[in-house]
Amino acid sequence: MTTVDLGTIRRLVSVTVDDVEHRVPEGATIMDVLDSAGADTPRLCQAPNLTPVNACRVCVVEVEGSRPLVPSCARRVEDGMVVRTDTDRVAHSRRMVLELLGSANDMSQAGDDVARWSIEYGADPERYGPVGPPAAAGERGNRHAGHHSAPDGETRATVAQPVTVDNDLYVRDYARCILCYKCVEACGTDAQNTFAIAVAGRGFDATISTEFAVPLPDSACVYCGNCIGVCPTGALKSVAEHERREAGVWDPEGETVTSTICSFCGVGCTLELHVQDNTIVNVTSPHDHSVTHGHLCIKGRFGFQHVQNVAPPRDR
Amino acid sequence: MDLTLLADAPTTAERAAVDAVVGSAPGTGPGSPTDPADGTGAADEGRRDLLLPAFHAVMDAVGWISRGALSYVCETLHVPPAEAYGVATFYALFSVTPRAPRIAHVCDDVGCAAFGGEDLCAAMEERLGPEGSGEEVTWTRSPCLGLCERAPAVFLQTTHGHGQIAPADADAVTHALDGEDVAGPDPVVSTPQAGSPDLELLSRVGVVDPGDLDSYRAAGGYAGLRRALAVGPARVVDEITVASLTGRGGAAFPTGTKWSAVAGSPDPVKYLVCNADESEPGTFKDRVLMEADPFALVEAMTVAGIAVGARLGYLYVRGEYPAAEAALLRAISEARRHGYLGDDVMGSGRVFDLEVRRGAGAYICGEETALMNSLEGRRGEPRAKPPFPTVSGLFGKPTVINNVETLVNVLRIVEQGGPAFASVGSGRSTGTKLFCLSGVVARPGVYEVPMGTTLRELLELAGGVPVGLKAILLGGAAGSFVTPDQLDVPLTLEGTREIGATLGSGVVLCFDESTDFAAVLRRIAGFFRDESCGQCVPCRVGTVRQEEALARIERGREIGGRTVELQLLDDVDRVMTDASICGLGQTAASAVRSALSLGLIGSGGGARRNGDHP
Ligand SMILES: Cc1cc2nc3c(=O)[nH]c(=O)nc-3n(C[C@H](O)[C@H](O)[C@H](O)COP(=O)(O)O)c2cc1C
Ligand code: SF4
Ligand code: SF4
Ligand code: SF4
Ligand code: FES
Ligand code: FES
Repeated sequence: MTTVDLGTIRRLVSVTVDDVEHRVPEGATIMDVLDSAGADTPRLCQAPNLTPVNACRVCVVEVEGSRPLVPSCARRVEDGMVVRTDTDRVAHSRRMVLELLGSANDMSQAGDDVARWSIEYGADPERYGPVGPPAAAGERGNRHAGHHSAPDGETRATVAQPVTVDNDLYVRDYARCILCYKCVEACGTDAQNTFAIAVAGRGFDATISTEFAVPLPDSACVYCGNCIGVCPTGALKSVAEHERREAGVWDPEGETVTSTICSFCGVGCTLELHVQDNTIVNVTSPHDHSVTHGHLCIKGRFGFQHVQNVAPPRDR
Repeated sequence: MDLTLLADAPTTAERAAVDAVVGSAPGTGPGSPTDPADGTGAADEGRRDLLLPAFHAVMDAVGWISRGALSYVCETLHVPPAEAYGVATFYALFSVTPRAPRIAHVCDDVGCAAFGGEDLCAAMEERLGPEGSGEEVTWTRSPCLGLCERAPAVFLQTTHGHGQIAPADADAVTHALDGEDVAGPDPVVSTPQAGSPDLELLSRVGVVDPGDLDSYRAAGGYAGLRRALAVGPARVVDEITVASLTGRGGAAFPTGTKWSAVAGSPDPVKYLVCNADESEPGTFKDRVLMEADPFALVEAMTVAGIAVGARLGYLYVRGEYPAAEAALLRAISEARRHGYLGDDVMGSGRVFDLEVRRGAGAYICGEETALMNSLEGRRGEPRAKPPFPTVSGLFGKPTVINNVETLVNVLRIVEQGGPAFASVGSGRSTGTKLFCLSGVVARPGVYEVPMGTTLRELLELAGGVPVGLKAILLGGAAGSFVTPDQLDVPLTLEGTREIGATLGSGVVLCFDESTDFAAVLRRIAGFFRDESCGQCVPCRVGTVRQEEALARIERGREIGGRTVELQLLDDVDRVMTDASICGLGQTAASAVRSALSLGLIGSGGGARRNGDHP
């Protein structure tokens, strides 16, 4: 977990970004430098409250002396480092990552930033041909590593598949999953230490899965919802949000956010109640909060029914 | 961490298989990850490093990994079941769904397909039905099995043992599946130069009995270790540096630099790892060394381990190499019995021992950091570098990882001295080098030549420049094609770079004019699509799009015309090469790029739909 260490005074190192010199604390990432300089650096798998996995590669930059591009989210600065973000190679790789993801995934709920970057970098996912048929439920998880049937190229392969709804609290819409590993980290050592989900399979057929893809109620899941809190694409979302979206009444513009303190136990987590149409639709916590780092438990995340005193969203 | 396990119980056979692995694990050996004195922290995770051995044991006993078996493995090794499932499903040799307990993996890769591999697949389909069908016996297609010099190749994975057949025919395969004993391929046959006095690395192939320590000693074995112990670790590292030995696994990194870094690290726990996962299509040199001269690798690892200060070395052998694994296990136990391994190596007071670990069908596990994750019982996903393995490698400890051939070179360097080694070859390319010749050559096999030998001279050794030679895949699927007008290239790091090629892992796979290069490229693209670990977007999705585009070009079904498709391939190539995490993605377009630029495909074949190409 990334923590801001205020206790020790860190040495400053000198880094040049696009010919401008910056003095930054040792241990900062290149992305920290870019952020403080006000650059709009795209990112998908990075989160301030998670260990970098540098998997998506959309944040890459050129670093003098390195042949491949370097993920700015993970690479720590070194004194004298020379970084370039304004090159063709950087622009091309960023565009292609967005384009390749767009060609394989449903990115429509990945947020305004992703939509803006895609336009800015000129991603054109449609050039890979028409979308191929979606997988049946469970089919993608059953593919055998090292084997795939040879494509004819007439359509493009995607990760499209039905939404998994196997519990009352949240849904898993893996047609949107970009395999950013954030949920796995949040469920594992970065927050929850529950390890209910992991990456299974290999290559393009890799999925986020429980053991033998059993339904969540049969897994170790404790419904803390921390995976939902970090998912960047809308692949994981509360049943409340899913149902509103399905019904066409999802209204992010009309949403209000109210801060409060969770009353279930003595820890006192800060909660942000997201309210649409007088109903709590999601509960989050700020990732820079010193206690929660954005992570909650089932009571804070989902225990809001008693507040609004209405029937749970799905009665089984 | 408390584990939540599925309710399914293991069968008696599954339980016994897992217990046997955990019971026999040398968990208290010197420097072992759970040795409480070594403070690696790995003990907090139980024996997660035994995950692959445990899964192998279950596969070998019952043919697949059931829920009950997985739960029992998790309980025994203290691994969360979702993570264990993620590991089991990463490897091609494991199955988490019921599968016939006797399976033939039939190579349809570039060195076999046109040389009987596709015909054999068709014959197997006729006999056993479609791939994967069948309750008791079945067959499946496989990437290169490292037996390309005797195509077509088959690997047998059954509950009554593992084996290799090459060259294979449908009768031999069906008989073997039915339980008949098969004689594995003889590595001596794969070494046409065997017995020649000019050899160094291959000098003992066909000369010594690979199962007999005395025979190895009679052929000069263990002179290297004796000298290494006499001169001491620092001097050995110096000799390696002076020799200018570069890694033979593909990346050609200076070995001395790695060794000095680890030897100089203040960390009391260090590891040595031998990368014997040889899976680059077209490569089989390490297999021949391990099968025919296993003591040499064991001795070389002992020299290396003691030189860098490691007390334990791991030998990660490709899962499809049962003969090599058996030869090494036998050699290690002999060496241990005679005091060449253990608590007091050759009476020197120094400690070094070896553990063999079996891969499970994943090319990516040849990448050094993926291999370390695999050894630790994780998915074989490459790690971010830095930190490099010399700083934080296996179990987070400073680690030297070297290829089999690199290590075997060490013996000669300690015996003859670094300068003698460096006097062969030129520049950074010193010593002799093994090449794997296959395809349309008269005498395929492993050849040893001094660095700087030309490609033409090498082909002469193997029976002459093949008639009708059209192109050579140099360096493997991650390498590139060269053409008959480039045969005078000196085989050095520098010489090949000059023509935009690479030595890679020493692959020299020859194709003649009858070759369907579109099919070859599609197989290469399909290989990378299958073998991508899936971690990073450029490679995970890029390899899929590359294969699709090649399929369209092959069928003359280009979207927007040839030029547009070539642009698309180039765009995908650039992002894979520039922005992938590891060498797999960074080289996944290399052979395709070179074939396109040489006009091996697209310059004739394939009807055009939208004729906007000049
Ligand atoms: C995808 C991939 C596969 C690799 N496979 C192998 C292999 O099978 N054997 C090997 O020795 N090195 C392989 N390597 C190279 C290793 O990462 C590493 O460089 C090597 O083991 C270091 O040993 P050396 O310096 O002795 O060559 C592979 C690299 C990549 C990127
Ligand atoms: S809800 Fe919590 S425990 Fe369940 S999968 Fe998500 S992070 Fe893991
Ligand atoms: S489900 Fe969401 S958080 Fe998890 S890997 Fe997929 S996109 Fe990332
Ligand atoms: S380049 Fe490919 S194999 Fe390497 S880490 Fe990325 S996805 Fe995995
Ligand atoms: S944000 Fe840096 S690699 Fe994903
Ligand atoms: S064994 Fe078939 S290509 Fe190598």
